[in-house]
Amino acid sequence: MNESTDASRAEFCVIACAEIFRGDGEVMASAFGTAPALGARLAKLTFTPDLVLTDGDAALMVGAPPLGTPPSELTIESHMPYRKVFDVVWSGRRNLIMMASQIDRTGNQNISAIGDWAKPKAQLVGVRGAPGNTVNHPTSYWVPNHSTRSFVDQVDVVSGVGYARAASAGPSATRFHQIRQVVSNLGVFDFETPEHVMRLRSVHPGVTVEEIVDATGFALVIPDDVPDTRLPTPEELELIRDVLDPKGLRDREVKS
Amino acid sequence: MADKRLSLDELIGELRSGMTIGIGGWGSRRKPMAAVRAMLRSDLTDLTVVSYGGPDVGLLCAAGKVRKVIFAFVTLDSIPTDPHFRVARQTGAIEAMEVDEGMFYLGLLAASQRVPFLPTRAGLGSDVLSLNPSLRTITSPYDDGEVLVAMPALALDAAVIHVNRADAGGSGQILGPDPFFDELFLGAAKRRYVTTERLVPTEQFASEGPIQTMCISRLLTDGVIETPGGAHFTACVPDYSRDEPFQKAYVSAAGDADAWTAFREHYLEVDEAGYQTARMDPVGGQQEVAR
Repeated sequence: MNESTDASRAEFCVIACAEIFRGDGEVMASAFGTAPALGARLAKLTFTPDLVLTDGDAALMVGAPPLGTPPSELTIESHMPYRKVFDVVWSGRRNLIMMASQIDRTGNQNISAIGDWAKPKAQLVGVRGAPGNTVNHPTSYWVPNHSTRSFVDQVDVVSGVGYARAASAGPSATRFHQIRQVVSNLGVFDFETPEHVMRLRSVHPGVTVEEIVDATGFALVIPDDVPDTRLPTPEELELIRDVLDPKGLRDREVKS
Repeated sequence: MADKRLSLDELIGELRSGMTIGIGGWGSRRKPMAAVRAMLRSDLTDLTVVSYGGPDVGLLCAAGKVRKVIFAFVTLDSIPTDPHFRVARQTGAIEAMEVDEGMFYLGLLAASQRVPFLPTRAGLGSDVLSLNPSLRTITSPYDDGEVLVAMPALALDAAVIHVNRADAGGSGQILGPDPFFDELFLGAAKRRYVTTERLVPTEQFASEGPIQTMCISRLLTDGVIETPGGAHFTACVPDYSRDEPFQKAYVSAAGDADAWTAFREHYLEVDEAGYQTARMDPVGGQQEVAR
């Protein structure tokens, strides 16, 4: 397989997000943010063809249409209103990439509030489905603005449940719990360490390990050899650029 | 079949200060905004609002009607958060009970089914449990011994939802792709109200959409109010989509005291007919923003 080296930072993020779906069969992919949405589509068009994509509203759609395709041009294969989404969530047949305003060393995520919850410095959207998602099916996170404000030692409000919190909550919390990966604009992270603390998995080409360390508010586990995030193949790059995102929305989310 | 038609004023007459009120819809979609606007004009106060929150929550907070909000999120969908709700939380003006979206659903379902709680894995390990000390867990009585969250019933004094079509007997038809949890809001409530884009003869439902769209039965309703444009500025597909310019104007007005006063005087200190006229003629400074 040939590789293409002129990929932009955003395109590495898309590849990293796509990799999160590798090996999935018929599960519902939910992907929030531009790079995750492109990643899920790319995975479906290449190495994870059975993936089931939502239309972002109340349906499951055929194929992997370009971002921004008008609803009237989508082919719907099934009805998926919110009430049924919970059936899917609680059955575990879902793989999700959510966003995180804060993420911490053991994989807790916060989208609820910054500061003291009782009277927050900044009210965010709310915990949404994060508590239930994280204890029911694989969940990963997308953080397009990696900094010491987003990668923090401890999140202010645990919305999505990380490894340590799940473990202390007991077997019902850990039974289906899996935080797969965290993708940021700088690199890829996982929890494949003995204590399930965050490890640097790969750096996006053009980024140094030092940059990532400086932008992270806690001590990452850093292996002796940190690989680069893999390069897109020419076919993948063509799919991203010419088919899925011809308007270049990805480069507005993550600058090169 | 009883005639359940009411006016917005009669709906407000059924509500009392201090009530726990459920509001249907989801985010900035199919919200019973005409009913919310009527609440803003009323002397109701001290409400506990239970909502998959959107601008309904923000407006009620801004008007000082709210004691407590029970929510999983408050969002305008195309704009991540509601500015008035943010201020209400950040100034500590309201009490809050924040739960997972699925727990919220089970709370309404439990109330609808008249059971005290329903078990779920959702919430375990998260701050939802530590921030709501009233929430309890329950150990499975079977051999698995699982420990799950016992989501308590969210019993409502009153609920109001907005649908595309309804008849005088209180049956409702939702023509958009997602009925959300509207049926459960009604099921969880003692007094149940449906506002509708259009009141139609019952026999017209069949020509509007397939049987699955006739999802609100009159078993669940006490009153029905015709409010054309009654979900504006939230989405009410297929009748209309979200009025994005208006929503932007709402958000930008919220950021400035004078602009908010102008917004309130123009859109909110008038009756519903006045609102529907005013929104066609945006307030001065918002002209270029709104149209």
